[in-house]
Amino acid sequence: MVEFTLWDILRNLLLAARWTVALSLIAFVAGGALGLLLVLARTLPAGAVGRWAGRCVALHVEVFQGTPLLMQLFLAYFGLALLGLEVSAWLAAALALTLHASAFLAEIWRGCIEAVPRGQWDAAASLALTRSEQLRRVIAPQALRIAIAPTVGFLVQVIKGTALASVIGFIELAKAGTMITNATFRPFAVYACVAAIYFAMCYPVSAFSRRLERRLNGAR
Amino acid sequence: MVPAEPIVDIRGLRKRFGSNEVLRGIDLAVAPGEVVAIIGRSGSGKSTLLRCINGLESPDAGTLAIEGRPMRLDDPRAMRDLRQRVGMIFQSFNLFPHLDVGHNIMLAPGLVKGRRGAQGEARARQLLARVGLDDKFEAMPAQLSGGQQQRVAIARALAMEPQVLLCDEITSALDPELVAEVLAVVEMLASEGMTLLMVTHEMRFARKVADRVVFMHEGAIHETGPASELFTRPQTTELRQFLAALD
Amino acid sequence: MVSLDFAAVLEQWPLLVQGIGATIWLVALAATLGGFLGIACAWARTWGPKPLAWLAAGYVESIRNTPFIVQLFVIFFGLPSAGVRLSPEWASALAMVINLGAYAGEIVRAGVEATPRGQVEAGLSLALTPGQVFRRVVVPPALARVWPAMVSQIVIVMLGSAVCGQISARELSYFANLIQSRNFRAFEAYLVATAGYLVLAIALRRLLLWVGPRFLFGTVWRG
Ligand SMILES: Nc1ncnc2c1ncn2[C@@H]1O[C@H](COP(=O)(O)OP(=O)(O)OP(=O)(O)O)[C@@H](O)[C@H]1O
Ligand SMILES: [Mg+2]
Repeated sequence: MVEFTLWDILRNLLLAARWTVALSLIAFVAGGALGLLLVLARTLPAGAVGRWAGRCVALHVEVFQGTPLLMQLFLAYFGLALLGLEVSAWLAAALALTLHASAFLAEIWRGCIEAVPRGQWDAAASLALTRSEQLRRVIAPQALRIAIAPTVGFLVQVIKGTALASVIGFIELAKAGTMITNATFRPFAVYACVAAIYFAMCYPVSAFSRRLERRLNGAR
Repeated sequence: MVPAEPIVDIRGLRKRFGSNEVLRGIDLAVAPGEVVAIIGRSGSGKSTLLRCINGLESPDAGTLAIEGRPMRLDDPRAMRDLRQRVGMIFQSFNLFPHLDVGHNIMLAPGLVKGRRGAQGEARARQLLARVGLDDKFEAMPAQLSGGQQQRVAIARALAMEPQVLLCDEITSALDPELVAEVLAVVEMLASEGMTLLMVTHEMRFARKVADRVVFMHEGAIHETGPASELFTRPQTTELRQFLAALD
Repeated sequence: MVSLDFAAVLEQWPLLVQGIGATIWLVALAATLGGFLGIACAWARTWGPKPLAWLAAGYVESIRNTPFIVQLFVIFFGLPSAGVRLSPEWASALAMVINLGAYAGEIVRAGVEATPRGQVEAGLSLALTPGQVFRRVVVPPALARVWPAMVSQIVIVMLGSAVCGQISARELSYFANLIQSRNFRAFEAYLVATAGYLVLAIALRRLLLWVGPRFLFGTVWRG
């Protein structure tokens, strides 16, 4: 049997961590794009269409925030298989994480839009701006400023969420940990390394998000 | 005497929020150039009335016409047209905090009237000079005092060249020593022939500037008349109580 | 054509009920002990001696910046090499308590820091000890202030407990997995379990929002 040094373990884990980063970025970017569409649908004027769009988005948010990410991953994996598609863990994980992130980001951003005082909409409307001009030129720039810190903070949730993709067989950091454990029989050392690598990825993002938030509060 | 065609014509206007009927049939016609002061207790529906005239609230019943053209809330083009003719100034200024003073003023004319570049800027500077803030073009709203912010808000509304200006308690959020500078601007506009509907608690100012005072009570116009008469000879007990409570 | 067969899953309902019961047990334990751990942590970080404050900060940050599944694996697979061998259920419960404790610590701390200085001084001037002031004057209104955030976090931990099935802790997701291994109706089994979690999440949120002001910190206002 080959003897694994701590360095061997760490090196293999770091190689696998690339896939954690890749999956996180895909889910964050695609989830952000979808979340943006959702939040726009929610700001439609309160007509019949707007009400329906609002309800659909609310349901999407409720379902994806109210159920375990792990179940969402299973459902994406077996659901794609049921549709007769070639199931890859990649695709299922990216799909589930994207939908998951979109719900959370849509909700975060809705909060940011609602944090802009009502009077800003009124003032923009009274100056004859159209609904979309009000949103783009007056509300969005202010909401964006508020949104940056919590959005960056949510990236941490996404990175941690990708660890669950290991369960449907996607080989990233957590899965690599399990595989190396099975080869080395040193679970404590391996999982401690896994945790340390996640920490090294997440902590700077958390700290950055906190700094952004402090700066925003200070500027007010 | 032949009364001029009203520039604002409100008939049977009703508005309710849930079970709370806030406006119970308002009839009000305002002649061009007229200055109307609206007074009344808190909750009597003054703000709601002004917001209806600007299309910020949708009435439940009644008609509303500006310069003879009926308001069409469901027609974005008509609303864009109407809001260019009716400007509004708010108690809390509502300047756009992410834009400097100049861009606060130039944003809407640029988008709505296509007045951009040097032309738009020249006009903005001109308006700032009129409200006495020529040197604040590059300032951010947060750097200005309340009185200065409100004057910028007036300049911003004027940039759309409205025929009617709605002012909702525009000095109520100001420290006492800053009230005068804002009222001076309003008085200047009145003397230049701007049609003004202003909700105000400044009775002395209303008396001095307003052609007509409207006293609102529980969602209806309870009493109306020239300032000199209304304040000196109130006809109803409600108005008498309201005026008595002021001093 | 996709054909779904929910009957094959639902006829195994006793397993699902058992799973839901186990999930409720886990979250009840985690919420109670994790809540206390969180309050202790908030105390350490705001009122505690420096070394304890640092220790608490390190704990909070390391938990918040690593995935729950990895924490669970460290406890279940890693601890035995240090001589601590826990059953899947107890390992799950421990992981959930530790996880919630860290988040609750941050949440309660925000509430504690928003407590007006005068409240504390008033308490001390009445000859209460600092510990009594913290427990009786500071914590209850702080908890009331942050209760919605606390409830959200407890729901998040409940949803996260689905992962515990991966170490064969016999909770809801474990039984969904068991059912699908028997009848090969994976999608249906997980969909039913997911619906179960959704109902649990909604019910738990309602329950906690109702219970909090009435039984946990409501007595404060009544004096
Ligand atoms: N958006 C709204 N939703 C529900 N109720 C509202 C809304 N806006 C106003 N109201 C209610 O309508 C009534 C009249 O409000 P309005 O703001 O028009 O009064 P006002 O005369 O301007 O009072 P104030 O002097 O305090 O400004 C109040 O009872 C208020 O609570
Ligand atoms: Mg008002």
